[in-house]
Amino acid sequence: MPSLKELSKKEELISRGHRLCPGCGAGIIVRQVLLATDVPVVAGCATGCLEVATTIYPYTAWKIPWIHSAFENVAATISGVETAYRALKKKGKIDKDIRFIAFGGDGGTYDIGIQSLSGAIERGHRMLYICYDNEAYMNTGIQRSSASPMGCHTTTTPPGKAIPQGKSENRKDLTQIIAAHHIPYVAQACPAFHMDLIRKVQKALSVDGPSFINILSPCPRGWRYPANKTIEIAKLAVLTGFWPLYEVENGKYRITYKPRKRRPLREFLEAQGRFKHLLREENKQFLERLEREVEEREREIFAKAGEQI
Amino acid sequence: MARIEALTGDEVAAEAMRQINPDVVAAYPITPQTEIVQNFSQFVADGKVDTEMIRVESEHSAMSACVGAASAGARAMTATSANGLALMWEILYIAASYRLPIVMSVVNRALSGPINIHCDHSDSMGARDSGWIQIYSENCQEIYDNLIQAVKIGENKKLLLPVMVCFDGFIISHGTERVELLEDEVVRKFIGEFKPDYPLLDVDHPLTYGPLDLFDYYFEHKRQQIEAIDKAPDIIEQVGRDYGRISGRTYGLLEEFNLEKSDLVIIVTGSTAGTAKATILELKEQGIDVGILKIRVFRPFPYQQIKEALKGKVAVAVMDRSASFGALGGPIFTEVRSALYEEDKKPLVVNYIYGLGGRETTVEHIKKVAHDLLNIKKTGKVENLVNYLGVRE
Amino acid sequence: MKEKGWKDIPIGGLILEAGNAERYLTGSWRTFRPVVNEEKCTDCLLCWIYCPDGSVIVEDGKRKGFHYDHCKGCGICADVCPFGAIEMVEESKYREGAGKVSSEKGGR
Repeated sequence: MPSLKELSKKEELISRGHRLCPGCGAGIIVRQVLLATDVPVVAGCATGCLEVATTIYPYTAWKIPWIHSAFENVAATISGVETAYRALKKKGKIDKDIRFIAFGGDGGTYDIGIQSLSGAIERGHRMLYICYDNEAYMNTGIQRSSASPMGCHTTTTPPGKAIPQGKSENRKDLTQIIAAHHIPYVAQACPAFHMDLIRKVQKALSVDGPSFINILSPCPRGWRYPANKTIEIAKLAVLTGFWPLYEVENGKYRITYKPRKRRPLREFLEAQGRFKHLLREENKQFLERLEREVEEREREIFAKAGEQI
Repeated sequence: MARIEALTGDEVAAEAMRQINPDVVAAYPITPQTEIVQNFSQFVADGKVDTEMIRVESEHSAMSACVGAASAGARAMTATSANGLALMWEILYIAASYRLPIVMSVVNRALSGPINIHCDHSDSMGARDSGWIQIYSENCQEIYDNLIQAVKIGENKKLLLPVMVCFDGFIISHGTERVELLEDEVVRKFIGEFKPDYPLLDVDHPLTYGPLDLFDYYFEHKRQQIEAIDKAPDIIEQVGRDYGRISGRTYGLLEEFNLEKSDLVIIVTGSTAGTAKATILELKEQGIDVGILKIRVFRPFPYQQIKEALKGKVAVAVMDRSASFGALGGPIFTEVRSALYEEDKKPLVVNYIYGLGGRETTVEHIKKVAHDLLNIKKTGKVENLVNYLGVRE
Repeated sequence: MKEKGWKDIPIGGLILEAGNAERYLTGSWRTFRPVVNEEKCTDCLLCWIYCPDGSVIVEDGKRKGFHYDHCKGCGICADVCPFGAIEMVEESKYREGAGKVSSEKGGR
């Protein structure tokens, strides 16, 4: 595992001058992911914040071959690129060792792109899929996705008199759905735990088959917090058990970071405007429901790893 | 030496794909295209092709994977029908706009709903503005010939456009016919090697495919696409002539049948051209002469050539195997009629919507069209601009 | 960049020049700029690894300043610094008087 000093000597594969919002979690994630690579990589993006902000014609921030075709199909698109690579390598037209990474937000991954992703990883393409999960459709203006946690405010689940809690449903556990495909490597990561994230990317790229990393991507605009708090909030997500860091390597679960003492979920929620209504006395039942849900999911993951929270 | 075999449309499409030996095939089964995927899978299983095949989970992913593969620098092919093509819709435009010469068999089938598995052209006609070249095949031989030519047409550096080779579901896809096949080496030499100018896999020259293209450049990219497809008629004719030299079968944008003998014309595309030709021969014996103008290439629309072919004609019946809801007639009709607008002496033009959802189109139907044309010539007027052939009132 | 006509741009919407976004200066978005107290900095590089914009300059493992042409002024670097070595200072103070920039090393 290289140190930060060593990593800082590597060439950045995404340039400055991209137009992600100040403090965007996705910008940090992409840098960390690409810093983890050691062989040439080709990347794909689903339509979303990352795609639109990094490639506004005639500018591109990508220093590696990059393709976007649509919202729901980055996994299928990259599976085509990867297959072409195998076909051309077999014919001796390519001799380099190349890796393939697909990036999608939670909209492009949990929702509209889940079929394409499920199909691609079931087929066994050697590709790493990175979901930068900011828990709503941020690119179109903060609409709920199936990754939005229960009780959060989005522009399509605004809290109101009839529905005081905001989003009524619990989020989907995509990482578990992907793990159920029994692919070689599945993990959850967080940019505040950069060494853990980089190590996971390196592991994922080393397996001969599909891999998937779900990375929590705080969004200042959508989560309603000042842009400088991205890393602090990302860290709180892990320390409160909201976003457990773990990996599933060939079916074996491992908790990669175990908080010494679980911090109350409230600390994570209080730092963001999207949960403001949930912290009011009259919405206590919903807060408790979210707390129960978070703890249950965390307990479930820990149990699979043979640990207790 | 050419081989002669008895094959169905789907079988001969798979056979052409075997000879083309593409780098990547990504496909999903759908009636009546399924046999293409099945037969090709067998070729892959038997090691008869070098192709890497992706058995995707949907047509949307089939076209997406083709976009990925073609941009990577591979020769990519697929096949589909009806709802499968509809599911690809979004990506059809992307394939064309990224200038990727993907070749796809479209086994024409009616679009839902209600669901129907039989032939009409609503699927490919709906995709007529997607930027793909569209070539329609009358019979099994043409499927074979068109698929091989499609590779060379699409990959022409002046074009770099995807090509659909369309043929009628069940009628041709499942009908067995005599087909002359070229030797593998002859086909491979004819199509040559695919040498893309901008392969994504060239990691030493990293490219960005598919950026966000707003009001400042999108229009320019569309203008380029228009320019490219406008160049296609010449290239298609050139490839048709070159193909004639290796096969003895030369192709153009249109096919004329008995056209010079008559001032009455039926314009038709796909398998019904065969029925129409047989009918015309029968009518000839009765002393009635009607010409046939078969549209082989619908995109780009050969308006110049159609205008030429219809010079001096008195009455023209345009047959459309699809409806364009709310429009003045079917898509071929509106385009043919528009092509004639500047002509000083225009023929009278009448439209027949026929064969929707696989409704059989018989010799009797074509005879009715021929007699209508005689009547139009006699009276000098078109009673009904749009007619429905074979629908129960 | 002067906008070109359709005959003068690559086909297919392709961008042939990798990383040319660097010519797009996002530094103008900034309302606060990061300023380092050199005495407090230990070159731990946390500011570098957490910068969404790759705008912390590091040479030979040492932090050397910021790419002010691109830094959007989000303030993450200041927030994550364990030593309080980075302060976010109102940009207007710098735009008014160029003299104050001299306290930094590196920069643009």
